[in-house]
Amino acid sequence: MAVIPFLILFPLVISVVMFSVRVNRIRNAIAYASCAVIMAATVALVVLWAQRGGGVQQYYVNTEAVNRVILLAEVVLMVFVTICCVRKRRWYISLLSIVPTLAIVWLETAGPARAPLAHIYLDNLAVLMCLIVGFIGCLIIVYAVGYMHGYQHYHRDIPDRRYYFFFVLFLFIGAMFGFVLSADLLWIDLFWETTSVCSFLLIGYTTLPEAETNSFRALWMNLLGGCALAAAIVLDALHTSTTDLHLLVNDCRAGNTVSLICVALIAFAALTKAAQLPFSNWLLGAMVAPTPSSALLHSATMVKAGIYILFRLSPAMTGNYCGMMISFVGGFTFLAASIMAIAQDDAKKVLAMSTISNLGLMVACAGVGRPETLWAGVFLLIFHAISKSLLFQDVGATENSLHSRDIEEMQGLLYRLPKLAIIMFIGICGMFLAPFGMLISKWAALRAAVDERNIILTFFICFGSGTTSFYWTKWLGKIITRSSKPKVKDITKKNEMLSLWIHTILMIGICALFPFLSGLFVDPLVTQIFGSYTQVIPNRILVLLVVLILFFFAVPVVSYLRSRNMAMNRKLSYMSGINTGNNDAFTGSCGQEQPLVVSNLYFKKVFARKVLMLPCEVISTAVIIVMLTMTIGGAF
Amino acid sequence: MEVSRIIMPILYVVLAPLLGALLTGCDRKISARMQRRVGPPILQPIYDVIKLFKKQVIGVDRAQGFLLFTNLILTVLTGCLFCLGMDLLMVFFILATSSSFLYLAVCVTGSPMSSMAAQRELVQEMAVEPATILAALGFYLATGSFGTLRIASQPVSAIIKTPGFFIAFCFVLTVRMRKSPFDTAQSEHAHQELVQGITTEMGARNLAMFQITEWYETILMLGVAALYFLNSNPWSILLAVVVILALYFVEILLDNTCARLKWKDLLIDLWAVTLLCDGINLIILMMI
Repeated sequence: MAVIPFLILFPLVISVVMFSVRVNRIRNAIAYASCAVIMAATVALVVLWAQRGGGVQQYYVNTEAVNRVILLAEVVLMVFVTICCVRKRRWYISLLSIVPTLAIVWLETAGPARAPLAHIYLDNLAVLMCLIVGFIGCLIIVYAVGYMHGYQHYHRDIPDRRYYFFFVLFLFIGAMFGFVLSADLLWIDLFWETTSVCSFLLIGYTTLPEAETNSFRALWMNLLGGCALAAAIVLDALHTSTTDLHLLVNDCRAGNTVSLICVALIAFAALTKAAQLPFSNWLLGAMVAPTPSSALLHSATMVKAGIYILFRLSPAMTGNYCGMMISFVGGFTFLAASIMAIAQDDAKKVLAMSTISNLGLMVACAGVGRPETLWAGVFLLIFHAISKSLLFQDVGATENSLHSRDIEEMQGLLYRLPKLAIIMFIGICGMFLAPFGMLISKWAALRAAVDERNIILTFFICFGSGTTSFYWTKWLGKIITRSSKPKVKDITKKNEMLSLWIHTILMIGICALFPFLSGLFVDPLVTQIFGSYTQVIPNRILVLLVVLILFFFAVPVVSYLRSRNMAMNRKLSYMSGINTGNNDAFTGSCGQEQPLVVSNLYFKKVFARKVLMLPCEVISTAVIIVMLTMTIGGAF
Repeated sequence: MEVSRIIMPILYVVLAPLLGALLTGCDRKISARMQRRVGPPILQPIYDVIKLFKKQVIGVDRAQGFLLFTNLILTVLTGCLFCLGMDLLMVFFILATSSSFLYLAVCVTGSPMSSMAAQRELVQEMAVEPATILAALGFYLATGSFGTLRIASQPVSAIIKTPGFFIAFCFVLTVRMRKSPFDTAQSEHAHQELVQGITTEMGARNLAMFQITEWYETILMLGVAALYFLNSNPWSILLAVVVILALYFVEILLDNTCARLKWKDLLIDLWAVTLLCDGINLIILMMI
C-alpha cells in the first residue's frame, strides 16, 4: 500500500516546504492544499484497508534501506537536541537523548541479529488514530492559518516565525502517522522522539524566557520516557531477538516475565507522553505557546500517542503489577487533575487540567486491561479528541475577540459572542453531560472497574466524576449568565469558523451515531486486540441513549421557541439594595453606587495547583517506583 | 408483568406530584406542631402551586422559564426510566444532567442572591455525586443487576448487604430534599443570608414548575430508598413504605433541630461519610 509511506512522508516534505517558503500568502495556500491532500490520503487509506477486508493487515517486511535511514534520522535528531540543549546551557538534558540513541545505534550495528518482521501494522486502532491525526490534525492546521495571522498582528513583540510554526506542525502530523502505523519498536522509537522534539519546538515558539523554561521541561520529561522506551527495546531485542511490538504483547500474555519488564518500561514511557502525574507539568507549561499548538498537543497528537501505545499494551497488563501501576496512576490523575481544575479561572488552564484528567481515565482504562475498559477507553479517545480540539480552538478564537481568557470575563458570552459561545457550550456539554459521549465511556469504565473488583479505581472514578461536573457546570453557567456588558465584535476568521463548525458537526454526529460506530468499528477493534469481547452496555441501551440525545436537544429548543414570544413582565433582580436599573449595580447603604460583581467559587486556597501538585507528584512517583520495582523484581 | 411495566411510569407521572405535595403538606403540618403552631392545611402546597400558575408571569430573564421546564421534563423522564426498571446508573447520570439545568436556570439571571445560591447548589451536587453513584454500584454488587425491577425482586432485601450504602444515601436524601443541616442552597424561610436561595428570582409559573420538579425528585429519591427494602415478597412493600415514612419523619425532625452547615463543612461531611460508609461496605462486598 503506497498510501502508507505517502501519509508519513508527505507531511515531512510539506514541512520542509513550509520552512523554505517565506511569503505568507503562498505558504498558506500550500498549507490548505496539503491539508486537503492529507485528509484525502487518510480517506484513501481507510478505503483501501476496507477493500482488502479490513481487520489486521501487515506490510513491508524487507526494509533494510529504510531501517538505515531511520537510524540515521535518529542520530540526526540526537545531534539536533544536543545542539539545542548546549546552546541554552542545559547540556545535561541532552544526555537523556544521547544515551538511548547510542544504545539503539549499538543494537542496530553490533547487536544480535533480529528476526524479520512486518514493519507496518494496520488494524482498526491504527486506522482510528490515522483518522484522528489526519482530520483533527489538519483541521487544526486550517484553523492555525487564520489564528496565527491574528496572533502575529496582536503580538508585535513576538518575532513572526510562522514558517517555523507550520514546519513543526506538519512534521508533527507526519511523525504521528509514522508512530501509529509502525509495528517495529525501532521505528516507533524514532517517531516517538520526533514528537517529543516537535512539542519542544512548538512550546518554545515565542522565545520568551517562560516559553524556554517550559519547553525544556517538556523536553526532559519526554526524553526520560524515551530512555525507558529505548531500554525496553534493547532488553526485548536481547531477550527475544525481535523488536515487534505485537509479539512483545503476545509474549507477555503468555507469561514471559522479561517481556513484562519491557511492557512496564514502555508503559512508563507512555505515562510521560500522556502527561500523567508526576509528569503533568510539561503539558500545563505548554500553554505559553499559541493556541493551535495547544489544540494539537492536547487533542490529536502528542498525548494521544501515549494513550495509543497503552491501548496496544493493554492486554499485557491484565492483573499484574504493571497494570496496577498504570490503573492507579491513571485513576489518581483523573481525580487529582479534576480537583485542581476547580481552582483554575483561566479557560486554557481549565482545558489543560481537564485534558490531563481525561487522559487519566483513559490510562486507567488501559491499565485495567479488560476488553470492556478498552472499549470505554477508545470512546473516550474519540470524544476527547474532537471536543478538546473544538474547545481549544474556540477559546483561542474567543480570546482573540474578547482579549481575555478569564472565565469570569466570559459572563454573558452567549449574548456578546453568540456563535463562539454556542460552540463552546456544545463542546463543554460533550465533555461531561449525559447523554453525551464522554459520560458513556465513564459509565462503562465504572462498570468494568466494579466487575474487576478494583476498589481504588472505583472510588477515583466516583469522586472524579463529581469534581469534573463541578468545574464544567460552573463554566457553562458563566457563559449563559445575563450580562449588561456591550456586544463584542467577532473577529474570528472564516477558516477558523470553518474548522470550528466541522468539529461541532463531527461532535454531534458521533454522539448520534455512536451505537453504529460501536458495533461497526470499536467492537472489532477490541476483539482484534484482546481476541474476545462481550459488550458492557447492551445495544438496546445505547440506542435508547441516542433517542435521549435527540430528546435532550429537542426539549430546550422547543421550549425556547415557545417561550420566546410569551408575554412576560420583566423585573429587575433583587439585590438587598436599590437596583440602579440595569442589573449591574445597586445603591449601597451610604447612597453611593456599588457595581455588582458575581463570581464563581474556585476554592483557591485548598484546591490550587500550588497546594496540591507537590503531594500528588510525590504520591504518584512513589507508586510508580514501588510498582516498577515489584515488576522488575518479580522477573527474577 | 408487561402491563405493570407500562402502568408504573404512568402512575409515577400522575401520582408523584400529588404524593410529593401531600408529603410536603404533612411536612409543614408536623413542623408547625413541633414549633407549637397550628400550621397550614395539608393540601396547602397544591393550592399554592395552582395559585402560582394563575399569576401574571414575572421574571428577571426570559431564559429561566425554558431551562426550568427542561429540568422538569428531564426529572420526570428520569423517574419514568426508574419505574421502567432501567439501569440505575443511567438514571442517576440523567438526574445529574437535569440538576445542571436547574443550576443554569438559577444563574442565568445574574442576580447576586441566586448566583451565590447556585454556587452552593453546585457544591451540593459535587458533594452528593460520589455517594449517589456508589449507591447504584452497591445495588449492583449486592444483587448483580443495575436494573431497578431486578433489584426489587430479589429473594432478600438489598439492605442486608448494603447497610453502609444506605446510611450514605440517607445523607444524599437530606441534601436532595433540601433539609437542614444541608440546605445551604435554598433556605425555605425568608430573610436569611441568601434571601430565598435558588428560588430568589423565580416567580409565578417558574416557581410552580420548580416546586413540581422538586416533588418529582423527592418521590424518585424516596423510591431509590425503597429499593433497599423491596424484595420478591409483596409484604416488603409495606416495610418499605413504613421505613420511608419513618425516614421522612427523621428528616423533618432534623430540619427543625439542626442549624444550617457552611457549604465547606457540608462538602467535607458528605465526602467523609461517603468514604467511610460506602468505602467499608464496598470493600466488604468486593472482597467476599
